[in-house]
Amino acid sequence: MNGTLARFGRRIAPQLVTLAVVVAMIGIVFPGFFDISIANGRLYGSPIDILNRGAPVALLAIGMTLVIATGGIDLSVGAVMAICGAIAATLIVDGYSLPATLALSLGAGLLCGLWNGLLVAVLGIQPIVATLILMVAGRGIAQLVTEGMIRTFSHHGFASLGSGNLLWLPTPVVIWVCAGILATLVVRRTALGMLIEAVGINRRASMLAGVNARLLIVTVYMVSGLCAAMAGLIVTADIRGADANNAGLFLELDAILAVVVGGTSLLGGHFSLIASLIGAMIIQAINTGILVAGFPPEFNLVIKACIVLAILVLQSPALQGAAMLFSRTKGQP
Amino acid sequence: MNPRLLPLAVTVLIFVVAYAVCYAQFPAMLSTRVIGNLLTDNAFLGIAAVGMTFVIISGGIDLSVGSVIAFTGVFITVMLRDTSLHPLAVFAILLGLTTLFGAAMGMIIHVLRMPPFIVTLAGMFLARGLAYILSVDSVPITHPFYEWLQSLYWLLPGKGRLTLIGGLMLLVFAFGILLAHRTRFGANVFALGGGVQTARLMGVPVARTTVAIYALSGFLAGLSGIVFSLYTSAGYSLAAVGVELDAIAAVVIGGTLLTGGSGFVAGTLIGVLIMGLIQTYIIFDGTLSSWWTKIVIGALLLVFIMLQKGLLSLADRRRSLRASGNT
Repeated sequence: MNGTLARFGRRIAPQLVTLAVVVAMIGIVFPGFFDISIANGRLYGSPIDILNRGAPVALLAIGMTLVIATGGIDLSVGAVMAICGAIAATLIVDGYSLPATLALSLGAGLLCGLWNGLLVAVLGIQPIVATLILMVAGRGIAQLVTEGMIRTFSHHGFASLGSGNLLWLPTPVVIWVCAGILATLVVRRTALGMLIEAVGINRRASMLAGVNARLLIVTVYMVSGLCAAMAGLIVTADIRGADANNAGLFLELDAILAVVVGGTSLLGGHFSLIASLIGAMIIQAINTGILVAGFPPEFNLVIKACIVLAILVLQSPALQGAAMLFSRTKGQP
Repeated sequence: MNPRLLPLAVTVLIFVVAYAVCYAQFPAMLSTRVIGNLLTDNAFLGIAAVGMTFVIISGGIDLSVGSVIAFTGVFITVMLRDTSLHPLAVFAILLGLTTLFGAAMGMIIHVLRMPPFIVTLAGMFLARGLAYILSVDSVPITHPFYEWLQSLYWLLPGKGRLTLIGGLMLLVFAFGILLAHRTRFGANVFALGGGVQTARLMGVPVARTTVAIYALSGFLAGLSGIVFSLYTSAGYSLAAVGVELDAIAAVVIGGTLLTGGSGFVAGTLIGVLIMGLIQTYIIFDGTLSSWWTKIVIGALLLVFIMLQKGLLSLADRRRSLRASGNT
C-alpha cells in the first residue's frame, strides 16, 4: 500500500510542483492573493475563485481523461455543453420542475456521448473525425433548441447550481470535486481503469484478452457527454441564461490541454484523473494569475501556447527515447 | 470505375442536384451574379482549404488556420496604420512570417514526433494571442491601394462580377491541383499519407516534405488572411473563429480521406461551393435560420465519412478475396 501511495505521489508530483510555482508566482506579484474570508456563509478569496471558475474545465477534464486514455479524443464537449445548457434553460422557462430539467439535460448529454461512442466503437471512425461531426452540428442544434435567442430564466433553484453555496464552498466546486472523487473511486477501486488503459495501449490485444473494448469505448464517450452536460448546466445556471453561440466555446481545447498538462499521453494508455484535475486548476490559476497580476488578458493565449510547447517537448517520444538511452548508458558502466 | 474516384463523383453529383433543387425554386440562382458572389464570399475559405487538403492528404491536420487569418488581418492593419510601407511590401513580409510559422510547426511535428493535432493547437493559441497583443479592437483599413484592389473585377456575361479575390481563389485551386497531382512534391505528400514508414522506405524525404506541407498551409492561410482583409476591409483579432473547421469539413465533403493518402484538390473546391450554396439558399429562402447551415454541414460530413468507411471496407474485402484467390 505504501508503495502504491509513493508511486502515486511521484506520478502527480510534476503537476503539484507546477501548480505550487504558478500560485507562488501570483502570490509574489499580488500579495493579497491568499486572503480568504468568510462572508454570507461562504468562503471568499482568489484561491476559491480559481476553484470555482475552473469547474467547467475540471468536469470536462474528467470525461476527456477517460476518452484520451482509450486512445480517443472528444472534440464535441463544448458543443454538448451548449446543447445541454440550451435544453435546460428552455425546459425551466417552459415550467418544468428542477429534477425533470436536470434529468432531461443530463440525459441529452448521455445521448450525445452515445452517438459519439457508436460512431467510434461500432462504425470504427477515427475519434477526431467522429466527434468533429457533433462539434460542427452541435451548435446548430443548440440554436435550434433556443430558437436562436439567448434564453434567460429566473429560477432560483437552478441558478444556485452555478452561483449558490454548499458546505461554505461555491456549488460548482462541490460538484466537480465530488464528480472527481466518484470517478476516481469507480476506475481505481474496480478493474475498470486497468481495462480502459488496456484498450488504450492496444485495442486488439485487449479484445483478444477478453475485454469488451466496444462497450468500454461507448461507455467512456457517454461519461464524457455526461461530464459535458454537467459543465453546461453549471455555465448556464451561472449566467442564468443559455447562449448557444458562446457557451463552452473552445472549452474542448482547454479540457484537452488540462489532460495533457496532467501528463496523460494523447496516444492513450496510462492516465490519472487527479493529475488532470490539477492540470485544469493550473490552467485556471494561470488565467486568474494573468488577470490579478495586471497583465492584459491578451497575453493569456500566448502563455498557454508556450506551456503547451514546453509540455510537448517534455512528453515527446523522441526526447524520452534519448533520456532512456542516456540512463541506460549511465546504468551500464 | 476506380473506387477512389467515387467520393469525388458523389460530391459532384450532390452539388449538381443541390444546385438544380435551388434553381427549381429560385431561377435567379443560375445567374452569373449569384455565381460570382458565391466565389467572392467563399474565397478566403477556399484558399485556406487548399492548404488544408495537402495537410490532410499527408495524414495530418492544421488547426491554426483560423487564427492565422485573424493574425494576418490585424498585422496588415497595424502595419498600414503605424508605418508608411506599401501594402504590397506588408503582404510580402506577412506571407514570409506565416510561411515560417507553418514551417516551424512542421518542424516540431517531425522532430518531436508529436501528433499534428496538439502541435497546431499550440499554433492556434499562439497566432490568436499574437493577434490580441497587436490590437484588441477591430481596426478599419483605409488605404487607396486597398480600395483599388477591391474595385477590380472582371465582368462576366449577365452582369456577374468575378472579383479579384474570387479569381485569386480559382488560381490557387489551379495551382493546388497541379502541385498535388502533377509534381514530385505532390506524390511525396500522397506517399506520406499512405504511411510514414513506407514513404521513408520508398525514398521520400520525410522531414523536408513534412516541413514543406505545413509551410504551404501557413503560406495559404496568410494569403487567405489577405483575401479576408480585402473582403472585410478590417482587421479584428476575433475574426475567422472556426474557419479551420469549415476548411476541414470542405476537404472531407470534397472526397479526401481524413486518414490521409487519398484525395482531390478539385473536390475541395466543390466542397467549399456546396457549403457556400447552403448559405446562399438560406439567404434566398429568407425564412430559414442560419443555424441550419451548421446542421446540414454536420449531416453532410456524416454522409461522406460513412461513404468513405464503406469504400475502405469494400476495398479491404476485395483485397483479401484476391489474396485468398491467389493461394
